[in-house]
Amino acid sequence: MFPSHAFLRFAALAFCAAAFFASRVFAAAPAFAPAIVYDFGGKFDRSFNQSASEGAEKFKKETGIAFREFEISNPAQREQALTQLARRGATIIVAVGFTQASAVEKVAKQFPAVKFTIIDATVDLPNVQSVNFREQESSFLCGMAAALVSKSGKIGFVGGMDIPLIRKFALGYVEGAKFVNPKIEVLQNMTGTTPAAWGDPTKGAELAKSQFGRGADVIFHAAGATGIGVMQAAKDAGKLSIGCDSNQNYLHSGGVLTSAVKAVNVAVHKTFLGAKNGSWKSGVIALGLAEDGVGYALDEHNRKLITPEIEARLNQTRADIVSGKIKVSEYKAQ
Amino acid sequence: MSAPGKLPRWAELGLLPVINLVVALLISGVVIKLLGESPVAAFKLMAAGSVGTQEGIGYTLYYATNFIFTGLAVAVASHAGLFNIGAEGQAYIGGLGTGLVCLWLGAWPFWAVLPLAVLAGAGFGAAWAFIPAYLQAKRGSHIVITTIMFNFIAASLMTYLLVNVLIKPGQQSPESREFAVNAWMPSATDVLARVGVTFAATPLNLAFGFALGAAVLVWLFVWRTRWGYALRVAGENPAAAVYAGIAPPRVIIGAMLLSGALAGGLGLNELMGSQHRILMDFPSGAGFVGIAVALMGRNHPAGIIVAAVLFGALYQGGSQLSFDMPKINRDMVVVIQGLVILLCGAMENVFKAPLAALFAKFGAKPGVG
Repeated sequence: MFPSHAFLRFAALAFCAAAFFASRVFAAAPAFAPAIVYDFGGKFDRSFNQSASEGAEKFKKETGIAFREFEISNPAQREQALTQLARRGATIIVAVGFTQASAVEKVAKQFPAVKFTIIDATVDLPNVQSVNFREQESSFLCGMAAALVSKSGKIGFVGGMDIPLIRKFALGYVEGAKFVNPKIEVLQNMTGTTPAAWGDPTKGAELAKSQFGRGADVIFHAAGATGIGVMQAAKDAGKLSIGCDSNQNYLHSGGVLTSAVKAVNVAVHKTFLGAKNGSWKSGVIALGLAEDGVGYALDEHNRKLITPEIEARLNQTRADIVSGKIKVSEYKAQ
Repeated sequence: MSAPGKLPRWAELGLLPVINLVVALLISGVVIKLLGESPVAAFKLMAAGSVGTQEGIGYTLYYATNFIFTGLAVAVASHAGLFNIGAEGQAYIGGLGTGLVCLWLGAWPFWAVLPLAVLAGAGFGAAWAFIPAYLQAKRGSHIVITTIMFNFIAASLMTYLLVNVLIKPGQQSPESREFAVNAWMPSATDVLARVGVTFAATPLNLAFGFALGAAVLVWLFVWRTRWGYALRVAGENPAAAVYAGIAPPRVIIGAMLLSGALAGGLGLNELMGSQHRILMDFPSGAGFVGIAVALMGRNHPAGIIVAAVLFGALYQGGSQLSFDMPKINRDMVVVIQGLVILLCGAMENVFKAPLAALFAKFGAKPGVG
């Protein structure tokens, strides 16, 4: 084995010499350089990360400015990716997901001239903007919608992992459902205990089937790519599902009651644009129904499911939440 | 003439792995080409990113530290004829032990925290391996099944603890608070600065030294002690072991305790050395990579160190690759790693016979005698 190691080192040295000279050519960085770091789910999760990716792509399309991106695959890479992007001249870095909070805190201190925006967490530093969403508000409306269409008086919830963020979704959903029908039963399941829980459609489908078997007729998922399986199972069973984060109504047209939309795409797009024209500010931004940061999706795919009465009721509640007449409780980690 | 199928030792240990590695990289190159990127440029990036800079070397050795611990864990169990797939869970729980010591005793001086953290990591890891070991030894429940199950139980337990008990109040992320600075494993940068060497800031830390030390101890234990001898005999031939007066159940439990303790060392590197807090899923697959590392390193500590560094380089080089070549995403990096495991680990003997035939034909005779 040792000769192979020595050989590797030799080959590597030869390679790196070449790479060193190659890298010199590209040393000059443009003045404005946006970058984005995705979370474990990856940028094609059709949900949270993908929404962020869409926002970045939209910015690229409009301005013609390319951005760098990176998908995390282990915890050490969070800090590594942020550091490298900052060192290579990124001027604004969007960190998608609360798991990156501690890495952002560390790296933002080291690079005070670089702007950071973190989504779903709060980092209190002069060069960090923290974007948080009031998911409980959109979940509340989805819970109402589910309760309004449910015939069995039982609805379901499938979460990814049992973490505070998902409890926030679940709590809002249950409150919304009980607001319509105090006697409604909400079945709840979490998919797993490892990050694999965000990308396991098979298990999502199994959980959904078992909830349908127990009498639920609408299921809301907050489980990233796992939710694809939940929605598929709902379609197969002729029941309804509720999408999450991105507008997922189109996945099974006519079979998705609505989606709890979280405007991560808008946030990312705004961040890049703001950083470009100088309006970007550090601090905490909370986006709820009032700011159109969250909401329920209504389009041609679910038009027939959301009757005018339901729509009127949801919009009334929406206005009441915005005006503060209805308070949705927020899950607080103790 | 050497017997057919026999290779000179240098070719067996040196040439064959290199050929396997080269073939794995060639196939990866084809895939990269299909994706529309230049394979040569891609491998240059990987090599430069993993061993070409101080930062690259730091990250490579940092990943390697995890793989040495888990590789040794798998190897020790393997010598006793046990396939420990539970290094992931043992590392997770072992890290909990190390983390709790660092959280609670952070006010103590480092020299007092360190031995306790090491003991707690090893102890928790060993304890987690004990139950499957006991079930295998006394009840015949297959260790492969039980250790896999224990990985999931470990993950559930840790999720529960992190979400409900250890979480720092008022935050979203299920993580504990940061350890006090006293409980941080000194980084390689700080250690080298003391002897006047400047080294780039990387997560590489003193735990690497512990991993190398563990490798030496494992070597001494397995090949130089009576206990280690009993371990190997029981692994090679349980019937002969009984005949020789060795009790296999005791060996099974002993080997698994040691295996779990070694896996528990991962927390020293990952939590004490790098993240400085207990967080969710910190082993992130190192326990499973350990299986590949042990396989490639042929269960020998020296081989394990080399294989661990190779995998560390693949991890770090791979992340550089996906960083600089947007078309090559992290899944492609997993493909490359998978090909290396496949060819160097699982199919290592595919080229052995043709190579032996070549040697026979062109007369690489063993020394005249």
